[in-house]
Amino acid sequence: MSEKINVRYVAKLARIALTDDEVDRFGAQLAVLLEHVEALGKLDVGAVPATAQVLELANVTRDDKPAPCLDRDTVLGQAPRTQGAFVRVPRILAE
Amino acid sequence: MKATYEAVVGIECHVELKTRTKMFCGCANAFGSEPNTNVCPVCLALPGALPVPNGVAIEQTVRAGLAFGARIPAYSKFDRKNYFYPDMPKNYQISQYDMPLVQGGEVRYWLEDGTMKRCPLVRIHLEEDTGKSTHAGSGDGRIAGSLYSLVDFNRAGVPLMECVSEPALHSAADAVAYLASLRRTLMELGVSDVKMEEGSLRCDANVSVRLAGEAALGTKTEIKNMNSFRSVQRAIESEVDRQISLLERGERVVQETRGWDEANGVTHPMRSKEQAHDYRYFPDPDLVPLEIAGDDVERLRVGLPELPWERFERYTRAFGLGSKQATQLIDTPSLARYFDRVVNASSNPQQSANFVLGELSRLANDSGVAVADSKAEPEGVAELIVLVEARTVNSKIAKELLERMWRNGGSPKAIVEDEGLAQTNDADEIENLVEGVIAAHASVVADYRAGKSNVIGFLIGQAMKASRSKADPQLVSELMKKRLR
Amino acid sequence: MKLVDRSAFDVARDVNARRLSAREVTDAALAQADAVDGQVGAYLRVEYDLARAAAARVDARIASGERLALAGVPLAVKDNMCVIGTRTTCASRILEHWTAPYTATAVQRMLDAGCIPIGKANLDEFAMGSSCENSALGVTRNPYDLSRVPGGSSGGSAAAVAAREAAIGMGSDTGGSIREPGAFCNLVGFKPTYGRVSRYGLIAFASSLDQIGPLTRTVRDAAMAYDVMSGHDPMDSTSLPRAVEPASRALPTDLRGLRVGIVREFDLQALAPAMRTIYERAYAELESLGAALVDVSLPTVDYGVATYYLIAPAECSANLARFDGVRYGLRVDAADVGTMYEQTRAQGFGPEVKRRVLIGTYALSSGYYDAYYVRAQKARTLAAKDFAVAFGACDIIASPATSCPPFTLGAKSDPYSMYLMDYYTIPMSLAGVPALSVPCGWVREAQADLPLGLQLAAPHFAEPLLLGAAHAYEQATGYSARVSPAAAGSATGIEEPA
Ligand SMILES: [Mg+2]
Ligand SMILES: [Zn+2]
Repeated sequence: MSEKINVRYVAKLARIALTDDEVDRFGAQLAVLLEHVEALGKLDVGAVPATAQVLELANVTRDDKPAPCLDRDTVLGQAPRTQGAFVRVPRILAE
Repeated sequence: MKATYEAVVGIECHVELKTRTKMFCGCANAFGSEPNTNVCPVCLALPGALPVPNGVAIEQTVRAGLAFGARIPAYSKFDRKNYFYPDMPKNYQISQYDMPLVQGGEVRYWLEDGTMKRCPLVRIHLEEDTGKSTHAGSGDGRIAGSLYSLVDFNRAGVPLMECVSEPALHSAADAVAYLASLRRTLMELGVSDVKMEEGSLRCDANVSVRLAGEAALGTKTEIKNMNSFRSVQRAIESEVDRQISLLERGERVVQETRGWDEANGVTHPMRSKEQAHDYRYFPDPDLVPLEIAGDDVERLRVGLPELPWERFERYTRAFGLGSKQATQLIDTPSLARYFDRVVNASSNPQQSANFVLGELSRLANDSGVAVADSKAEPEGVAELIVLVEARTVNSKIAKELLERMWRNGGSPKAIVEDEGLAQTNDADEIENLVEGVIAAHASVVADYRAGKSNVIGFLIGQAMKASRSKADPQLVSELMKKRLR
Repeated sequence: MKLVDRSAFDVARDVNARRLSAREVTDAALAQADAVDGQVGAYLRVEYDLARAAAARVDARIASGERLALAGVPLAVKDNMCVIGTRTTCASRILEHWTAPYTATAVQRMLDAGCIPIGKANLDEFAMGSSCENSALGVTRNPYDLSRVPGGSSGGSAAAVAAREAAIGMGSDTGGSIREPGAFCNLVGFKPTYGRVSRYGLIAFASSLDQIGPLTRTVRDAAMAYDVMSGHDPMDSTSLPRAVEPASRALPTDLRGLRVGIVREFDLQALAPAMRTIYERAYAELESLGAALVDVSLPTVDYGVATYYLIAPAECSANLARFDGVRYGLRVDAADVGTMYEQTRAQGFGPEVKRRVLIGTYALSSGYYDAYYVRAQKARTLAAKDFAVAFGACDIIASPATSCPPFTLGAKSDPYSMYLMDYYTIPMSLAGVPALSVPCGWVREAQADLPLGLQLAAPHFAEPLLLGAAHAYEQATGYSARVSPAAAGSATGIEEPA
């Protein structure tokens, strides 16, 4: 299942800018890890169900009851950039 | 030739549920609050905060599914849908991928002429809404050309139900009728305000065309930014025309997302498949699975109200109402329930519909109070209908009575008796009135006799006035004509 | 015995009895931090005001007649747990200046029970690492040998307790991040059953694996801390709704009747001879306390590291997406939002975090999801089944906690060799079972005595049994009693390591 990772594509998805240097270094390190991970291919998991959570819990829900919100000054006070009552971000190029 | 093409449309609706609190936290789910006031560590995705699902939102989604006759799988779960957007705090949306709460089902809808149709659903799943961005700096509020955006997170985390139809609608009119039925149903269930103008109902359309009779689907485009039923209708019509012209010119339809430009009446490309996202769905490890017990499903199924299409059939078939009146009633669930009570007490569906959609709706319009919230009890209205039918009161008195009932309630029968408002059907008494009018207006009578037949209206009016409107207008008219002959 | 040497049990007993004030204990802990933390570097910040205010509150509560389970006990809080009004950084540039507006449930429970928050402790950035060297904000050294790492990721909490700057350290364990620094710092490092301790307010690394637990100098202290911090929390959907059986009430002093599983696949021959001797002795010690050693098998245990290094990064790739420069934390300004994200995250995250986000993103991406992520989830099912089967034949499992003693700073530069550090601890994390490390002796390396830990694991919810066994072992062997040179040297000063 192993092939060369397209580090640039993955970094784009993860929204992390990488230098050329980092692309090479991470590429090589991830390749080493994937080589080790290949071992999982030896496990016979055909009929095995996937485990997302080891807990045997289901249907944990909340009553539709209001709880206190954060104070707006706290919310805006944390934001790196605000304008009026809003959080401000640079222009959005595409969806 | 357009006639040789068939449109294929699927509709995806996002519906904000009308819960008190958000999907995964206790912040108020309210439209129109001051920006960034309904937020907490959870819906703002502060480090360390965790989601806990709103049980009512889950139940409402299941109810919606049951209303559409869908299957409620025994097992369901939440997944993370990963993409970055400034108004989505976690940069993933908690949604449902391969195990939605609701599978299958169908929406029954009817066209203006009353034809009943069905559109199968693929699924309904539950997710969370994003915040709202205002794009600034370009002057027109659009994202293109804007310099920066301002984000309000109040809407972030509001429960959102996504209803996906099969591509089984074949015209813009069908699509709108489908949407209207979906909307009525959700309103009847009380799960959402379904207001397109407030964004509690939003929809996208998948549109393709193919040669009539062909089985394979054509390449589809996804249309976004439609803000009313009318724009849905126009956008689909315009897109179908565009695709047909492309094909007729021997060109290809490109799979892409297109935005509806309301002002210019055209769709325009937003992003193509090449830029499509890699959403990396995976089960949300912060949440545990949902196992909906059969008993709970049955309890919810039994508790369902009469559904809009069932009501439509009852109104048109059992009551004999026209499609238009039936639809008008059904479009406001509280009005339909009111109407049902009037019919129940009056046994006169047609007159009940006339009253409810006529005078009562006018009063509601003028006063801004819904019919169901007025002081006029449906049983009182029914009483009035009986009085009118029995010609105990005439229409003018009836109107006055209705206005009084609207303001103060009360029984029209009692008012009529107390105030002696019953219609006078006594021929002798009316004859006396007619005589009096003729005597008092000799010149008008002369005009009439000279051929100006339209002055009779004046004479009848005078007789009615003399009776303080109580005289049976029909009888007055008959006797007046007879006497003047 | 100096005030700072006292166990949490002793402190709480004496403060409740008003033989000692929380204020005195707090001043002693702060003074110890002033004296030794320049060398040890356990804390990213010592919270003087917070600590003194908490001490005053505890003294007032005691004076009003309340009894508090952890009255006046100095606490080190790993800096990935939110404490309202304090900076909570995850040892990352991206959160370096972020102040939490709320407190984690587990921390709140400790504070409500009378703990004094002395400071926020260093960690590997976002708890990703096994040495504490991945911190972007400070260097932490092992109090038993300042040239060596304290282990990770809860290295700061471990070092603080080993250097007597706190009696209890709160850590979080995803694949061994409490147990390994526990072993490296001669402490009890305890990871409860997944779901026992609320994760609300713990800044997530890998949600399905993260679990908060204590680092202490005695098993009794660990049990007391566990009793306080555990229990259902409606703010965490994965918090277990079942009642917690208190673990600190009755701690046995022998192991009669206990079946201790020795895992066939954990071959001691693979260890350095000096270490092998220690673990052979540890197993014999268990036996001499009355335990029956039984041979058990965890057939898929060798797949643990590979499984873990797909699942944990996959979850973290989404968990860390919220650090985007929009609502809080670091923002690197740019002309458009996409560039802002990419630059903020490039400058805000260190290399290990980037590596894991990248591998996780890859494992979930279109075309690789089934081959990597789903396969790892299936392997996890097998890992959990391994334990279920093994616990049919034994009551607890004993193994080494680490494959080597504490190593020198900078010794492991290759990421994968660092990942292998978690070989013994990862399987229990995958299965969600409770596990701890308890001091089991010393190996001599480069003129230093280096601590080793024995790992014990038990079935889900068997915390009392697990802590009881560890207590009996600790009482009989006494390895935990040895004070770290850094702590002991506080009166005379510490020599800078070469
Ligand atoms: Mg959606
Ligand atoms: Zn909220």
